[in-house]
Amino acid sequence: MAFVNLKKKEVQVKIVYYGPGRGGKTTNLEYIYKQFNHRIQTEMIAIKTHGDRTLFFDFLPFEMGQIKGYDIKIQLYTVPGQVKYNATRKLVLRGVDGVVFVADSMEVRREKNTDSLKNLQDNLIAYKKNIDTLPIVLQYNKRDLAEQGVPLLPVEVLEEDLNKELQAPSFSASAVQGTNVAETMKKIILMVMVSLQQELK
Amino acid sequence: MSYTFDYKQLDSLEQVLQEGLIDLGVHCVVLIDMSGNIIVNLDNGKMKHDVYSLAALAAGNFGAVSTMAKIIGEDEFSLLFHKGKTENIHFSKILNDFLLVTIFGKEVSLGFLRLKVAEAVEKIKSILESTTGT
Ligand SMILES: Nc1nc2c(ncn2[C@@H]2O[C@H](COP(=O)(O)OP(=O)(O)OP(=O)(O)O)[C@@H](O)[C@H]2O)c(=O)[nH]1
Ligand SMILES: [Mg+2]
Repeated sequence: MAFVNLKKKEVQVKIVYYGPGRGGKTTNLEYIYKQFNHRIQTEMIAIKTHGDRTLFFDFLPFEMGQIKGYDIKIQLYTVPGQVKYNATRKLVLRGVDGVVFVADSMEVRREKNTDSLKNLQDNLIAYKKNIDTLPIVLQYNKRDLAEQGVPLLPVEVLEEDLNKELQAPSFSASAVQGTNVAETMKKIILMVMVSLQQELK
Repeated sequence: MSYTFDYKQLDSLEQVLQEGLIDLGVHCVVLIDMSGNIIVNLDNGKMKHDVYSLAALAAGNFGAVSTMAKIIGEDEFSLLFHKGKTENIHFSKILNDFLLVTIFGKEVSLGFLRLKVAEAVEKIKSILESTTGT
């Protein structure tokens, strides 16, 4: 839940990148960190295993500038995608204001995507949040792999699998190349800000 | 959804933390919520900590420790404290949703600190309980 500090005229917002293991959540944040270093005043925090898998979370605070006279501080987090880390994944979700669901476009990962979305839904329920009302953006990642002949799920299939009920904004992306990474982030920030608008007087 | 505290609450919180901890020699205090937001952040003027990262890590760490407690059948561990060579860090849960992070050095003993934190926590509780959530 966003915290509005009336005295410092500052809003803190929490956005969580969710999705199956190896889907590219950390790569999204790494790209943002590189690309927007003028808006980021600290190091990116990554609690990870030796094999570079997220163990607890990645954390990146992002300065959005001002809206209605308020300094907007966006806190970007990723969860660990591996199934076995659900306890920590759930902790990261606490107080979330918006979610980017990073799906893996690789054909072999089809079931991992739907399992992870279901898991998101379940974990939100534990915090009395509803996936249908929470701001959410879908990202179909790794589209660049098509050039290398890796079998990918067509976007229509991903839409059918993941977005049929949600009807959320979605982006085809390549986190390694940076395609649509900023667009995904801007979209979720915008959606969260719209949902907060009325509350900023 | 968002929540906020009014000026009066924020002023009172700052006063409690300043007089009850910083003025007694504590280096830095950060009052956060369990999602990692910073409510109040005060220091003795000499600290340059990255408090946003500290808040995210403290909230995650506290959540992890609480979950561990539940797994072994404890409600909560009462003392959460990390000791360093020159700096120490102490965590104290307030109500369900807040955490007070206190950073202090050698000048302050752990016993004294715990006493002062406990006093501050009682005052903070009554201030926070008048939350104006929206
Ligand atoms: N080709 C390609 N590879 C990608 C893309 N995004 C991520 N990867 C690769 O996929 C692997 C996993 O990426 P991560 O960003 O670590 O995945 P994650 O979602 O954070 O994984 P967990 O931390 O285990 O949940 C890495 O080797 C990345 O380089 C992409 O858009 N295209
Ligand atoms: Mg990761």
